[in-house]
Amino acid sequence: MDNITKKLMQRSESTRKDTFGRVVSLTALILIGVVVVAIFAFVLSRGLSTFFKDGVNVKDFLFGTTWNPSVTNPATKQPYVGALPMIIGSFLVTFLAAIVATPFAIGTALFMTEIAQKRGAKIMQPIIELLVGIPSVVYGFIGLTVVVPFIRTITSGSGFGILSGTIVLFVMILPTITSMTVDTLKSVPRYYRESALAIGATRWQMIYKVILRAATPGIMTAIVFGMARAFGEALAVQMVIGNAALMPTGLTTPASTLTSVLTMGIGNTVMGSLQNDVLWTLAMILLLMSLVFNLIVRAIGRRGAMK
Amino acid sequence: MNKKIVGIIGGIVVIAAGIALYTSANNKSSDSKSSTTSSSKVTGKVLSLGSTALQPLAEQVASSFQDKNPGVTVTVQGGGSGAGLSQVSDGSAQIGNSDVFAEEKEGVDASKLVDHKVAVVGIAPVVNSDVQISSLTKTQLRDIFTGKITNWKDVGGKDEKIVVINRATGSGTRAVFEKNILDGQNAVQATEQDSNGTVQKIVKTTPGAISYLAFAYLDSDGIKALNLSDVHPNKSNVEDNSWPIWAYEHMYTKGNPTGATKAFLQYFTTKEVQKTIVPKLGYIGLTDMKVTRDSSGKVTDK
Repeated sequence: MDNITKKLMQRSESTRKDTFGRVVSLTALILIGVVVVAIFAFVLSRGLSTFFKDGVNVKDFLFGTTWNPSVTNPATKQPYVGALPMIIGSFLVTFLAAIVATPFAIGTALFMTEIAQKRGAKIMQPIIELLVGIPSVVYGFIGLTVVVPFIRTITSGSGFGILSGTIVLFVMILPTITSMTVDTLKSVPRYYRESALAIGATRWQMIYKVILRAATPGIMTAIVFGMARAFGEALAVQMVIGNAALMPTGLTTPASTLTSVLTMGIGNTVMGSLQNDVLWTLAMILLLMSLVFNLIVRAIGRRGAMK
Repeated sequence: MNKKIVGIIGGIVVIAAGIALYTSANNKSSDSKSSTTSSSKVTGKVLSLGSTALQPLAEQVASSFQDKNPGVTVTVQGGGSGAGLSQVSDGSAQIGNSDVFAEEKEGVDASKLVDHKVAVVGIAPVVNSDVQISSLTKTQLRDIFTGKITNWKDVGGKDEKIVVINRATGSGTRAVFEKNILDGQNAVQATEQDSNGTVQKIVKTTPGAISYLAFAYLDSDGIKALNLSDVHPNKSNVEDNSWPIWAYEHMYTKGNPTGATKAFLQYFTTKEVQKTIVPKLGYIGLTDMKVTRDSSGKVTDK
């Protein structure tokens, strides 16, 4: 009798394990939370000091077209810190790469899930996975030795520019969009396909009218993820875009992106100087943009779920 | 229960954020404290970081120094001249490597830093080998880099567009080149690359390209170093200043160096190092220089 009371009063082995598990996962969660908050706090505190400490006008920064932080404009007594060329450059390569990559990605995904499932699983899946794993410096190097000379021979410029950046990014984000689209297509219920075929639709009609429609939110999410990757890519783009902080006037003239200016300049500036602060402000814009991409993905997910 | 956990997490996150901000604000004071306690004996650790142009030389010298002084660990890192100067100023590194005088870098309190010149680097304009020009005057070179001349035929070459390739703004090599050639004018906005290696590769593959490289990178197929008013870019012309585009490689310390840092810097300027490792890696030894130059650019005979 006493024994049973004791057993009931004490914490059992399973309860202890349960508590242990909860503590472990909670610790992990807190750690990650702290890291994220610390990154935001640091980037924001550095990035905003451009405006508060160095007195740069927000409008001049976002819409100015001359970027040369080490030179002071004699008229306004402010350094040239117009970030518009880089902002435009970043968005241009991102959108162009997404526009080029999306049809290829959807086509490949359809082939793998609807048309040749066996071959798709056997051949295409490993290829896509391999492409995801290639480090970006390899893409950049191939871009520099193959894409840039190729563009140079077919156009008159130096080969560096938005077009080369788009081509390299297209190859980089293709596997991301493809593999996510494959997952979405696979998650379309089987009875959608069966019902479509049963009422006499051809395979193309089934794909076009039913499966792609049902998978639209998922495909949009895949594209946004691909764009987020393209927007944040630094190394590969930096190697092929030419890094000239000029407003892009054509696809084959040298341009620059937020990331390329950031990685090139950060080691050459002194912490706390204006030249360094403006780079942190560029980092802040990048961080906020990735936040926006995430919000878009969530919004798409919520709208898709309501249907 | 759930709400409680959420509350706890939220509280912890807020506290952590506060701590993060607090420590980042106090970085400077805590770092300088820790550095004063280190390196007071002949044994010790030295962190030397900054300029990527000086990095290969510093690594070689560090490894031969450690062979002779097994008790000392010298770590050499890149990061750029700006990073070198700011980290030595706030005490997180013992030595800050820089291609430029600390006085020339904005945001650095040069009065706190002690300059140790360790080598000389020469810089030469280079072109793609299809450019049929072997010499330019300083004025022509300046007009090309400020965008006034855009075609090779204007300086006596064939009808071909000039593709200017610059180093990144703030790069030490670019600062040296612009100081000696541009006379305070602003360079044209052009393609920028972040290292000697990439510049070399791009000049090699781009017809009509012009840029500038440290002497160590000149020896390569497909690129051609230009003479400046018929003066050839080589070691002996730098030594008597007839080739004007050169600079010191600096190692800065905060205050006078002590212990292992001092020993390392002394070893760097010994004849043994200056006559062997330094020229082997394409730099010019201090002992060979016949002139000196100060931070304002004034050259005097030694």
